[in-house]
Amino acid sequence: MVQQHKKSFQRRDQIIAGLMLSPTILAAIFFIYAFILWTIWLSLTRSTILPSNHFIGLANYRDLFGSSRWWRSLSNLGVFGGLYVLISMTIGLVLAILIDQKVRGERLWQMVFLYPMAISAVVTGVAWRWLLDPSYGLQAIIRSLGFSHFHFAWIDDPDLAIYTVVIAAVWQTSGFMMAIFLAGLRGVSADVIKAARIDGAGTVRLYTRVILPSISSTFFVAFILSAGLAIKAFGLIIALTGGGPGYSTNVPTIFMYVFSFERGEMGVGAASALIMLLVMMIVVLPFVLLDARRRA
Amino acid sequence: MGKLILHDIHKSYGKEKVLHGINIETGENQFLVLIGPSGCGKTTLLNIIAGLEQQSQGEILLNDRPLTHLSPKDRDIAMVFQSYALYPSMTVRNNILFGLENRGVPRAERQQILAEVTRMLQIESVLDRRPRQLSGGQQQRVAIGRAIARRPSLFLFDEPLSNLDAKLRVEMRSEIRRLHKQLQTSMVYVTHDQIEAMTMGDLIAVMNGGIIQQLGSPEEIYNNPANRFVAGFMGSPSMNFVPVTVRSGADGLALQVHGKEGGEVILPIPRRIQAALRPQEGRAITLGIRPEQISDPDSAREGEALHTLDLPVDLIEPTGPDTLVFTHLLGHPLVARVHPSTQLSVNGNCSLSLHLERAVFFDADTGKRLA
Amino acid sequence: MKRLMIYLLLIIAALFFLLPLYVMLATSCKTMPEIYSQGILALPSHWNFDAWQHAWSAATIGAGSQGIHPFFFNSFELVIPAVIISTAIGAINGYILTHWRFRGANLVFYLLLLGTVFPFQIILLPMAWVQGKLHIAGTLIPGLVMVHVIYGLAFTTLFFRNYYVSIPHDLVRAAQVDGAGFFRIFWRIILPLSTPIIMVTAIWQFTMIWNNFLFGVVFTNSDQQPVTVAINDLVDTVTSVHMWNVDMAAALIAAAPTLLVYVLAGKYFVRGLTNGAIKG
Repeated sequence: MVQQHKKSFQRRDQIIAGLMLSPTILAAIFFIYAFILWTIWLSLTRSTILPSNHFIGLANYRDLFGSSRWWRSLSNLGVFGGLYVLISMTIGLVLAILIDQKVRGERLWQMVFLYPMAISAVVTGVAWRWLLDPSYGLQAIIRSLGFSHFHFAWIDDPDLAIYTVVIAAVWQTSGFMMAIFLAGLRGVSADVIKAARIDGAGTVRLYTRVILPSISSTFFVAFILSAGLAIKAFGLIIALTGGGPGYSTNVPTIFMYVFSFERGEMGVGAASALIMLLVMMIVVLPFVLLDARRRA
Repeated sequence: MGKLILHDIHKSYGKEKVLHGINIETGENQFLVLIGPSGCGKTTLLNIIAGLEQQSQGEILLNDRPLTHLSPKDRDIAMVFQSYALYPSMTVRNNILFGLENRGVPRAERQQILAEVTRMLQIESVLDRRPRQLSGGQQQRVAIGRAIARRPSLFLFDEPLSNLDAKLRVEMRSEIRRLHKQLQTSMVYVTHDQIEAMTMGDLIAVMNGGIIQQLGSPEEIYNNPANRFVAGFMGSPSMNFVPVTVRSGADGLALQVHGKEGGEVILPIPRRIQAALRPQEGRAITLGIRPEQISDPDSAREGEALHTLDLPVDLIEPTGPDTLVFTHLLGHPLVARVHPSTQLSVNGNCSLSLHLERAVFFDADTGKRLA
Repeated sequence: MKRLMIYLLLIIAALFFLLPLYVMLATSCKTMPEIYSQGILALPSHWNFDAWQHAWSAATIGAGSQGIHPFFFNSFELVIPAVIISTAIGAINGYILTHWRFRGANLVFYLLLLGTVFPFQIILLPMAWVQGKLHIAGTLIPGLVMVHVIYGLAFTTLFFRNYYVSIPHDLVRAAQVDGAGFFRIFWRIILPLSTPIIMVTAIWQFTMIWNNFLFGVVFTNSDQQPVTVAINDLVDTVTSVHMWNVDMAAALIAAAPTLLVYVLAGKYFVRGLTNGAIKG
């Protein structure tokens, strides 16, 4: 009595499950993956205000990399991204370690450090634009304290404006980094910490030799997340500097928006979006590979 | 009424085969125990009976009704899980009623069944609590109550007692037995605990490697193991195994035990099995003898032939009702079970008698029972 | 001594984080002349809510002088359906991915995981075109709602998936033996256990969608804009005198709903941030 029971009762609920999930799968395939291919195609066509199927090879990329504005956007992303990742991770880690010292009112401190994450990037930008305003902001405050030659007008200086973006972005997301690191620190086994204490490790040694090395994956996660936030930053910069003065604080997100939707150079805009995707992949790929190897 | 037939059940996940043709036929309303080490396929088999997994091949009949194409809910079964799987968001009452609701049992009847089940398991006081407010034992009773409420033709138990402490486990063991008598329904019970299997089962299927090693009553399984695996798996401490060679001596066949570091001992072979071992003459086989069959010389029953040896005592483990003596015969480790009053001293010697009448013999290579 | 240092550092950090909020509040409650004369740090000499009123109902945004309130309500019209739909679908998806596993479930998982990391710029142009073809370009409902639902699904699905893997599969098996099917198991067994993750996901989605700027600025026409876009327009509108007090009041109005949720349910917000981040 050799029988195969391929299709039978158990399949019914399984089929329902498949039917319920398929819209999401199809949506993901179409709206993400097909759209990516579509954007790649657009970047190879003479699309301006309207999409066109006129294939022009890599001409858009030549235009893109021939544009000083694009180069400025890329270098700004490098400067802003590098500093932002470094500073926000450092502040986040320090705050997490401080809070991890069994401080009073732990939840209150966390609330205070993390609330900027609940506020939109645009509001953050508007607030810091006001704080950094040379006539009334921090410069004016410090001058009013008697330091009449104090100079802090970065926001108006094409060479320095990008650093104001770093300040605002660090303010908004350092608390997020703190939350990530704190979750990592709390994941370290209490027994390991006890063992290290018994072995005579002081607080500094405990952190540098035992705790921090054991949360290396948390550093990785924090890096990926902050790098991702840097690459995606858009509303914050628009509201803070509008990409200016001139285009001195342009980054790829702004470049892409301006070329695609304001200047009607869709092909170039698509090309810039693709470069952004590549940058993101370079950041994320090692993580995905590492994760895949861990699971295998 | 209540008979379960498993016919040639196979199961594979992709290329990996986990069940290789399981055949079981139970008697009326029997309590069937599936036992084996983890990974032997017993839980997979239970899930297949439940319909939670689909066999690759084979048929299941419950009271002559083929189950193969029925969904779990149409199989007229109930199941008790190792983790109890009580619905955390529902009260005990609703946990019990959920299955009845799903089947559209009329309200009045539901209440009646609920009352009956609560009385049977004495869980009135916890009906309005949620599972996490119950002790392990109470959760266990509710899980069983939920199963009983369905009045199934077949109960399935998946290691239900393994999360309980030792005392509670003994209590629940007899409770489940009592319910079995009372309900007059077939039960299939998966466990890895051989004491549970011995005490609860009418019929035991010892499984290993996706194959039934032996199917039989507890007595058959224990006294008459089909192979070395079954003999070693059932019983605690495990059966002693000693490599021996069959030699012909003055009084017919005898067993020659070779010392690990030279030396030898000759043991007689009881008359009863002389004939069965005849073909093995000159070959190396395995002697199997349970700890309780190595005992004080005065433990012999009337007319039983004993072979008494003076053996060194390596370790003594008093268990209370009797004492385990760890010793060795020319380097082959043996465990003996002696009366607690026996005078013993570690590193001393001790006179132990082998009840060879009840010993069993296995092929040294295949582990198959020879006699 | 060491404890003192710790608290000192925490207080300095807290001042840095609270300063902008304080300055926004103080500025919004002053008149412009007071700002000119007293600077931005001083407390208002008397609390004046004219700027708030002006921001709410009279400030010039884009073409009209209707204040920020229509855009504030636009954001609610956007957020409510988008959060409900994306959370509901995410819950079902998470349930399927954990308790109705099928061949290729891991592939779907990775497909969605990557859906949470790519920069949205890569899909803007095709999406704009598709919305045009569907004649919903520039609309809040259904245009922008659709965009947020689609690109929120990867997040909501992963949130629920990561939560549901910890629900023992035996519960689903027990319910199957008890005669429940796909939907009944979801409604009666899984959903009643989901309150925390529904909170986490809904709050996450609420915050993300309310605060989003990119989709709003790309996909909506001027009168359909969400409040983030309107704020930016307000601040960018060049008038003879820049009304900073009005800007700050408007920014605070725009920030109020998410801040309120944060204060009331911060626990879930933090869990969303760390869960989504670490397990994803």
